[in-house]
Amino acid sequence: MLNPVMKSGPVEPNMYRYDEFDVKFVSERVEQFAGQVARRLSGALTEDQFKPLRLMNGLYLQLHAYMLRIAVPYGTLSSKQLRKLAHIARTYDKNFGHFTTRQNLQLNWIKLVDVPAILRELADVEMHCIQTSGNCIRNVTADQFAGATDEEIEDPRPLAEIIRQWSSLHPEFVFLARKFKIAVGAAPHDRAALQFHDMAVEIVRNAQGRVGYKVMAGGGMGRIPYIAHVMSEFVEREDILVYLEAVLRVYNQDSRRDNIHKQRIKILINAIGPEEMRRRVDREFQELKAMGTLQLPQDELDRITAYFAPPKFESGLSDTIPEAGADFANWVKTNISKHKAPGYAIATITLKTPGQVPGDATSEQMDVIADLMDAFSVGEVRVTHEQNLVLPHVRKKDLPVIFAKLKELDFAAPNAGLITDIIACPGLDYCDLANARSIPIAQNIARKFENLDRQHQIGELKIKISGCINACGHHHAGHIGILGVDKKGVEFYQLQLGGSSAEDASIGEIMGPGFTEHEIAGAVERVVNVYIAERKSGERFLDTYRRIGMEKFKAAAYETVAA
Amino acid sequence: MSKLLKSGAFAADPFTAAADDAALAEGPVLVSLARFQKEREGLLARNTALGVRLQSHENPESLGADVHHFALIALEFPKFRDGRAFSWARMLRTRLGYKGEIRAVGDFLYDQMNYQHRVGFDAWEVPDNFTVEQFARALTEMTDVYQPAADGKKTIRELRANR
Amino acid sequence: MAQHLSGLQMLTSNRLKSGDVLYRKGAGWVLTLAEGEVYATQAAADAALAAANAELVRNEFVSPYLFEVREKDGGIVPVKEREIIRAAGPTVHPHTGKQAGQYQ
Repeated sequence: MLNPVMKSGPVEPNMYRYDEFDVKFVSERVEQFAGQVARRLSGALTEDQFKPLRLMNGLYLQLHAYMLRIAVPYGTLSSKQLRKLAHIARTYDKNFGHFTTRQNLQLNWIKLVDVPAILRELADVEMHCIQTSGNCIRNVTADQFAGATDEEIEDPRPLAEIIRQWSSLHPEFVFLARKFKIAVGAAPHDRAALQFHDMAVEIVRNAQGRVGYKVMAGGGMGRIPYIAHVMSEFVEREDILVYLEAVLRVYNQDSRRDNIHKQRIKILINAIGPEEMRRRVDREFQELKAMGTLQLPQDELDRITAYFAPPKFESGLSDTIPEAGADFANWVKTNISKHKAPGYAIATITLKTPGQVPGDATSEQMDVIADLMDAFSVGEVRVTHEQNLVLPHVRKKDLPVIFAKLKELDFAAPNAGLITDIIACPGLDYCDLANARSIPIAQNIARKFENLDRQHQIGELKIKISGCINACGHHHAGHIGILGVDKKGVEFYQLQLGGSSAEDASIGEIMGPGFTEHEIAGAVERVVNVYIAERKSGERFLDTYRRIGMEKFKAAAYETVAA
Repeated sequence: MSKLLKSGAFAADPFTAAADDAALAEGPVLVSLARFQKEREGLLARNTALGVRLQSHENPESLGADVHHFALIALEFPKFRDGRAFSWARMLRTRLGYKGEIRAVGDFLYDQMNYQHRVGFDAWEVPDNFTVEQFARALTEMTDVYQPAADGKKTIRELRANR
Repeated sequence: MAQHLSGLQMLTSNRLKSGDVLYRKGAGWVLTLAEGEVYATQAAADAALAAANAELVRNEFVSPYLFEVREKDGGIVPVKEREIIRAAGPTVHPHTGKQAGQYQ
């Protein structure tokens, strides 16, 4: 039994709060889906007809059961919401959930007949599963340090919320050619993988010092990865929804519909070229702007921004992190990031203790994290696209107590950004689309590199693992990317090197033939050893790879090693 | 088979669909884009209402200025997942200023009718057992909308401002 | 339909209401692979699939499909890893799924 955290009662963070319109919208959507479920059970809807409808309410049919994907808009959760997620996992599932590479939560053992009740419970805490799957605009993601980091131009979440509302049941865009993922960023350090999104908005300042939006489109992972192209270097604030709508309209009209593997916007832009894409978008943009119905007035932006006002930070706090032993010091080295307010810190909770399933949390763990949120983080947590959690507003003096509680939860691994902080998709253990398992590979590699001194010797190294070409594990953007494939019924794992999802975005280069599940961890180790041997001072793995290329890594990886 | 739902009620369909190589019946006819482009002069010279049926890949802009000659534009859904016609209808109502009937034909779901209505469809070819009550319900499952569309319906933002 | 050169097959689907994995036995479905029927000929397998497809209108199960199995240690096991995992449960959570006696 876990020790109870100092109780302080639920704290309501500053985040978007539903008004009566939002409440009615979600509630009507739930009843609409309940009606669709009833029509499916009666046969009034065939499975073929029902499938896109249930996908647009987040419900997949996977290997073992239905999987429900719950939206966590721009990764922000209140303690009340996290407790509700824990309750739902406990009541309707098997007591755990999985935080995903799009900041959402997935539950793996759902029954169709329970979904209307689950959606009603989610609606009680202002949550939903709307458009978390299907060929429509998906969850809008954002930097997990939003509102806390000192390096952002402004908090990206108000814009993300405005985009969320605009995209919710947009009548023109609910039957797109394929899924459409949008991310928002506002800092020079890109923690939201903007350049790998179908569309991304970066909040920027122009030469005159005015804040506006850089819009990119055509990035994506999947079978054929692409880095996004700039569509506009600077869109005025008031024009942003018009511009986004223009991009979506061109995509909906002009995308292929004949080959499911060629229907993302990245394929369209690659086919016609970014210049032609910009021309088509600009035409729609000018026309839409002239109509005047989709302008975003400053007072509306201000109104939404007010929901995200920073919490009342205490003054006079010590800006020194207390001493609390070697384990704590190790954790601080990697898991604490600079906060804009003196005396405060941003704490990353890596759900990556070596041997754990990456990104998973039990209901019990979620409840304790909710207590931590109330006691130490103004009731707020963020989900990251790297399958971790973040307490965004923590007083430095509270860090030792927080660390002690995280240790009890087994979520105190001091490994944020290190080699054991691995992203892995659910893979063949859960996913209907997978060709190979990915979670056991992540577990093996994490255990192999568990030694903390060795992890620090290696430094920043992002391993990302996907169990199939759909690339939900973002392997194309891994410093070391691993793709599971099926070769004549046997699982093989291909290595890619040199990918990055940060502002220095790059697509990993495929090394060569795959390795078996027993060989892959060893191959990774040999690759890492080449880095250690070849690196110059200050170089991360990624930097060394970019300097020396594939050859030495490849030669080492394919060396035959005695067992 | 199917019947015509127009402005919320069932109506007799004055149009006869004409295959590309079939003789044209008397009265209003509905032809393919290909046929219209081939027999444009003759079709426009007929003294009856004219309709054109666009496939999902056929951009209404290809009708050019002729768009206003059509009393009916039928937009096809070859498969309900193909959502291009939502943009074509929107384009017809806004960029092209089309005021005639925009009819949804082909494979579409009850669950898409509200979206179709919002983007400018005002007629639907529905199965015989479809009821007006179903149509009315389709349009009212979701009371409010977040974004403007061709239907001119007030958005939630406008409703908020008018509280 | 894929042509199998030789070999045994079974038929699986998911229960509509719960998503649970089902295996065909006779004219019905069972919850474990061990209890399911094995088809020794392509004709028998095709007939089973045809019968299942005709029953989709009952709205009890979805997505029936055939998969290969083989004999091993006196029992029947799937050929493909995916079907092994589907029959048992996730390898990373051995306390969940059919392997742990849990059914949806």
